[in-house]
Amino acid sequence: MMLEQLNDTYQRSLDQLQNARTSETLETWYRQTLGRKGDVTQLTRQVGYLGPEDRPAFGKRVNEVKKELEAAYQQQLVKVRTAELEAKMAADGLDVTLPGRRYSRGRLHPATQTLREIYRIWGDMGFQIYRSRDVETDEFNFELLNIPEHHPARDLWDTFHTTEPGIILRTHTSPGQIHAMREYCPEPIRVILPGMCYRYEQITARSEIQFNQVEGLAVGKSISMADLKGTLADFAKRMFGEERKIRFRASYFPFTEPSAEMDVECMLCNGDGCQVCQYTGWLEILGCGMVHPTVLRNGGYDPAVYSGFAFGLGPERIAMLKYGIEDIRLFWGNDLRFLEQF
Amino acid sequence: MRVPLSWLKDYVDITTSIEELAEKLTIAGLEVTEIDYVGIPGGRDLERLVWDRDKLVVGQILEVKPHPDADRLVLAVVDYGGDEEEIVVTGAPNLFPYLGQGDLSRLELYSPFALEGATLYDGHQEGQVKMKLKGRQLRGIYNRCMLCSEKELGISDEHEGIMILQGKYQSGTPVQDVLGDAVLEIDIIPNIARCASIVGVAREVAALTGQKLREPNYEVLQEGPPVNKLVRITTDEPELNPRFVALVIEGVEQKPSPEWMQRRLRLAGQRPINVVVDISNYVMLEMGQPNHTFDYDFLRRRADQYDPGGPIHIHTRLPEKGERLTTLDGITHELPPFTILVTDPVNPLSLGGIMGGVDSEINDRTTNVLLEAAAWNFINIRRSMVALKINSEAGFRFSRGVHPSQALLGAKRAAELMRLYAGGTVAQGIVDYYPNKPWQSPIVLTTAEVKRIGGIDLSQVEIKRLLESLEFKVDDRGDHLVVVSPDHRMDIEQSQDLVEEVCRMYGYDRIPETEMSDTLPPQRSNIGLDREENIKDLLVQLGMQEIITYRLTTPEKEARLLPVIKSQPDDRPYITLANPITVERVTMRHSLLASLLDIVAVNRRFQERMTFFEIGQIYLAGEEGLLPDELQRLALVMTGPHIDPACDGDREQEGLNFFDLKGVIEDLFSAIHISGLAAEAASHPTFRPGRTARLLVNDRQIGWLGELHPLVVEVFGIHGDWPVIAAELDLEVILPLIPDEFQVRAVSAYPAVLEDIALIVDRGIPAAEVLNIIDKAGGYLLQKAELFDVYEGNPIPRGKKSLAYHLTFQSPDKTLTDRVVRKNRERIVKQLERQLGATLRDA
Repeated sequence: MMLEQLNDTYQRSLDQLQNARTSETLETWYRQTLGRKGDVTQLTRQVGYLGPEDRPAFGKRVNEVKKELEAAYQQQLVKVRTAELEAKMAADGLDVTLPGRRYSRGRLHPATQTLREIYRIWGDMGFQIYRSRDVETDEFNFELLNIPEHHPARDLWDTFHTTEPGIILRTHTSPGQIHAMREYCPEPIRVILPGMCYRYEQITARSEIQFNQVEGLAVGKSISMADLKGTLADFAKRMFGEERKIRFRASYFPFTEPSAEMDVECMLCNGDGCQVCQYTGWLEILGCGMVHPTVLRNGGYDPAVYSGFAFGLGPERIAMLKYGIEDIRLFWGNDLRFLEQF
Repeated sequence: MRVPLSWLKDYVDITTSIEELAEKLTIAGLEVTEIDYVGIPGGRDLERLVWDRDKLVVGQILEVKPHPDADRLVLAVVDYGGDEEEIVVTGAPNLFPYLGQGDLSRLELYSPFALEGATLYDGHQEGQVKMKLKGRQLRGIYNRCMLCSEKELGISDEHEGIMILQGKYQSGTPVQDVLGDAVLEIDIIPNIARCASIVGVAREVAALTGQKLREPNYEVLQEGPPVNKLVRITTDEPELNPRFVALVIEGVEQKPSPEWMQRRLRLAGQRPINVVVDISNYVMLEMGQPNHTFDYDFLRRRADQYDPGGPIHIHTRLPEKGERLTTLDGITHELPPFTILVTDPVNPLSLGGIMGGVDSEINDRTTNVLLEAAAWNFINIRRSMVALKINSEAGFRFSRGVHPSQALLGAKRAAELMRLYAGGTVAQGIVDYYPNKPWQSPIVLTTAEVKRIGGIDLSQVEIKRLLESLEFKVDDRGDHLVVVSPDHRMDIEQSQDLVEEVCRMYGYDRIPETEMSDTLPPQRSNIGLDREENIKDLLVQLGMQEIITYRLTTPEKEARLLPVIKSQPDDRPYITLANPITVERVTMRHSLLASLLDIVAVNRRFQERMTFFEIGQIYLAGEEGLLPDELQRLALVMTGPHIDPACDGDREQEGLNFFDLKGVIEDLFSAIHISGLAAEAASHPTFRPGRTARLLVNDRQIGWLGELHPLVVEVFGIHGDWPVIAAELDLEVILPLIPDEFQVRAVSAYPAVLEDIALIVDRGIPAAEVLNIIDKAGGYLLQKAELFDVYEGNPIPRGKKSLAYHLTFQSPDKTLTDRVVRKNRERIVKQLERQLGATLRDA
C-alpha cells in the first residue's frame, strides 16, 4: 500500500520534473518533493508505520526513489540553467561594430618627437646635448662667429633686434658653439646644441618666425672634412634609412671653411623629381663645414693644432619631409586634429 | 644670376651636357636652381614649346611688295631654303619701311620662318597659348607660312613686329640652331660675388671641366681728345673708394642696341632700353664690373661755373649734414653720414656704387658720355643699402666685393662697345685714380694642411694644378707651396680658404667618408634636459597632450590673465622687439599660461575635452646685466568632460575639476620622487576665489593651481560651460629637488589591519591639516591614511563637515593584536579631539 503510494509519488514527481522549465519551478519542485516537507521526505518518515517485514523493501525503494529523483533533478537543473543562460546572453548581445570608447591618450608634440629622434641618433654617435640661451648678444650670435657688423653675410639672417642695443633673439643655435668651446676648452668636444631660434620673416606655409634648430660641433686634434662627411652620412643613414642617397656640395657660411650643404635624396619621389624637391630629386637637409679658424680662436682653441666641424639642421623641416606636412604653421598652431595624428 | 648658355660659350667650350654642367656647378657651390630651355628639348615642362627643326627655319626676306587689296598688309618674298621662294602676307610694321624698295638681298634681312604645320604660340592671345600654323586665305591671297615675332617663338612678349635677325645666316637653318638656348639660374652665395657674371661662371666652368677660359677683349681704340683735359678725379675716402676709373665717349648715337645684345640681356633677365644703358648693363653682366654713365654735357655746363674751360671735377666724399640726393628712380634720400657720394663741386651726382642721381642721368639728348667704373668698400656699400633701403644690381655686386682690378677692365670694355655699337669716339688716355691698391699676400699651403682640414691625400703637384685652374699663382718651394690669389678674388685670406678651393676643384663628391679617429670627449649627460624630458613622458602617461606655443607675445595678451588688475604676470620688464614683424608678437613671454589658454580657446571649436601641458622658458629682463633670465616653467590646463562621450550608454558626464589636475600633479611628484608637496588655500587674480591653491614643497612655493576665474575664461573666449583648471609651476625650483636616487620600503609579510574613522569637524578646517595630525599621531604602524568621504548636511550640524578615513595599520615584523591597533586608533582620535575639537561621528 505504502509502496504503491511511494511509486505513484515517484512517477508523478518525475513527470512534474520533466515539465519544470525555469529555475524557479525547479526550486519549487525540489522543495515540494525532496525538501524537508516534501512529498518523498514525508513518505520516508512513515517507515515507522510499517511492519518489520515490509521495512527493508520499503526502505530500499525509498532510497532508490530519492537517489533517482535527485539525479533527475540535477540533470534537469543543468538543462534549465543552460537554457536560461543562453536565453539571457542571446538577449543582451552587443553591436560589436560600434566604436570603442577611447581613453584620452597623452602625446608628445611632433617637434619634440623629432628632436628626440635626433637626440637619440647623435647620442648613439657620442654627441652630448648642450643648451644655451634664446636671447643673445650680437657678439655671440654674429661677431664671434666671424660675421662682423655690416658684413654682407648678415643678409643670410633676418634678425629680431630688441630695444636693448646689442641684444637680439638668436637667429641660429651657432652661438652655442662659442659657449660650449669656452666651457670645455681645451678638451675635445662632441656636442649637439638644440634650441628655439627666431627670424624676422613673414609667417607663411614655408617660413616661421620661430623654429627649432639642432647645431652640431666636433672639435679635436685630427678632425677633417672626410670625418665630417663620414659622420653626417652615418647620421643621414640612421635618420632617413640605410639606402637613402646623400650628396655634399660647396656652400658658404661665415663660421665654416670649407662649407658644405648636405642634400638627401627626396623621400617623397625617391629622387625622381617632384614638387617638394622642386624636381631636383634632392632635399636640402643641413648646412655644415669645417669650423673657421677665427671661430676656433674665439672659442679658445689654437686653429693650428685643433680643427673641427659644425652643422645645423631643422627638426621641423625634417618632420615636414618625413610626414608630408605641407604647412609649417601647423606646428605652433597646435590644432588637436593635427597633434592627434602623432 | 641667369646665365644663357649661348653667352657662356663665348668664353669657354662646353664639353658636357647641360644637365651634367649644372650638376658640376652645383656641387662646386654654384647651385643651379633651375634650367630654362628656350626652343630646344629638355627639362620637365612638357607643355613648353620646342621648335620643330624642319618647320621653323631661318628665312631671308628678298623683297617686300604691296598687298593688292589691303593697305595694312604687305607681301614678303622669302627664301627659306626650299625649292621655291614663298610669298607671305604679313602686317608686321617693321617691314613697311622696305616696301617697294625692290631686291633686298644685299641687306641680308633674316627672320624666323614658320612653315605650315609648325607649332607656335598664338601672338594674338594673352600669355602663351599654343597653335598649329594652318594655311588660309588672307584678303584673297592664300598664305601657308609665317614670319615670326618673339612672342610667337616664346622668347619674349614682343609682338609689335617680326623678329629680324642681324648677321649672316644660311636660309633653311633650323631656328633651334640659331636661337635655341638654355639659361642656368644660379644662386649666388655671398662669397662668390666673382661669379655674378658670365665670365665669372665661365672661369669656374673652365676650371671644372679642364677647358681654357677665353676672356673678352679689353682693348679699346681711343681716337678722341685727351681725357685729362675733360675730367679729373679726387677722393676724400680712399678706404671707401679705393679706385675710380673715368673715360669719356663723345658723339654717341641714341638708338636701340644690337639685336644679339638685346636678346642676351632679355635672356639674362634685363629689359633693353637704349644702346648706352644696355652696354653699361651688358658689361656688368658679362664681366662683373658695374659701371655708371653720366651725361657729360650736363657736367660740362656745371664745370663752367666753377672752372671755366677746365676739366670737370669728380670728387668722392661723405655727405655733409642734411645733404639730400634724388636717385634716378625718383626717390629723394636723406643721406646717412657713412654713405659715399660721387659729386662735383656743385652738387652730389650719385650714390657711389649703388645708384645714380636723376640730374646727371643719360637722356634722349645725351651725345657725350662720362663713364665711371670704380671700386667701393663692400661693407660700407651694404651698410648704406640697408640704411637707404635700396636694392640695385650694382649694389648687389659691390656689397659682396668686386676687386678694384676689375674697374679698369670694365671701363675699357664698355668704352669699346660704345665705340662699336653707339658710334662714339673714345677720348684718349684713361683717368685712373687708384689711391689704395690692395695687396694679395702670399699664403703658404702644404699637403699636410690639405689632408688635416680637407681629409684628402693629394700630392703637391696635384694641389698646384687644381689651384692654377682657378688662376692662382702657385710657387712650388719643395716642401710647401706659396700661393697668390688672382686679381679678381677678394675672399682668400688664409690657408683654410685655399683648402676649400682645392676641395671644390677636386670635387666634394670625391672626398672620402671616414669615421672620426679623434679622442672621444668625456661623456656627460645633460641632467636638466633629462629631467625635463622625463617630466614630459610622465605627463604624457597621465594623459596630457604636449603643446608648443610661440614665445613671442604681447603685454596685452598676457594682461588677460589678470583681468581685474590689468597688469603683467611679472613685475620685471619685458624683452621687447625693436623690429616686430607683426603686432601679435612683440615681447618675449612672461607666462606660458596665456598662450596655452589661447590654444584651448581655438581648439574648443572642435573639441570639448582638453588636457594640455607645455614646458618652456619665460623671459624676465635681467636685474643687473643686459641679458634676461630665461626660466623654465611647466603649465598645465584641463577642461571638458572626464572622458569623451561614448555611444554605448548615457552615463552622466562629470566635468574635469580642480582635483583632476591636482591628482595629475600629485602623481607627477610621486613619480619624480619629490615628497612634501602641499597645497594651501590662497588667492590669485587669475583663479576663482575659493578654488585657488598655492603649491609648496617643504614650505617653498613652486607654483599655482586653480580653477580659472570666470572673467579670465570669458576674456580668453573659451566657450562651453566646463570649468577650466590650470596650473603654472616653476621648474627652476622643482628640477633641483628631484633626487638622484631613492630608497624602496620593505613590503611587510604580516597582515594589515584596516580601520575606518569618521570625524565631524568645523567646515573651515582644511583636510590637509586633519591628515597631518592623523599621520603624526599614527606613528610608524600607521601605513596609510586615506580620505574616502567628505559629507555636509543632515544629520551633520550646520557649519560642520564629516570626513571619513581608511586607516591601514601594519607592522614590519609581527602580526598586530587588536589591543595594539585599538591603542593607536585611540591616540589618533585623542589628538584630533584635542587639536581640532573633532568628534567621532559614530561615537
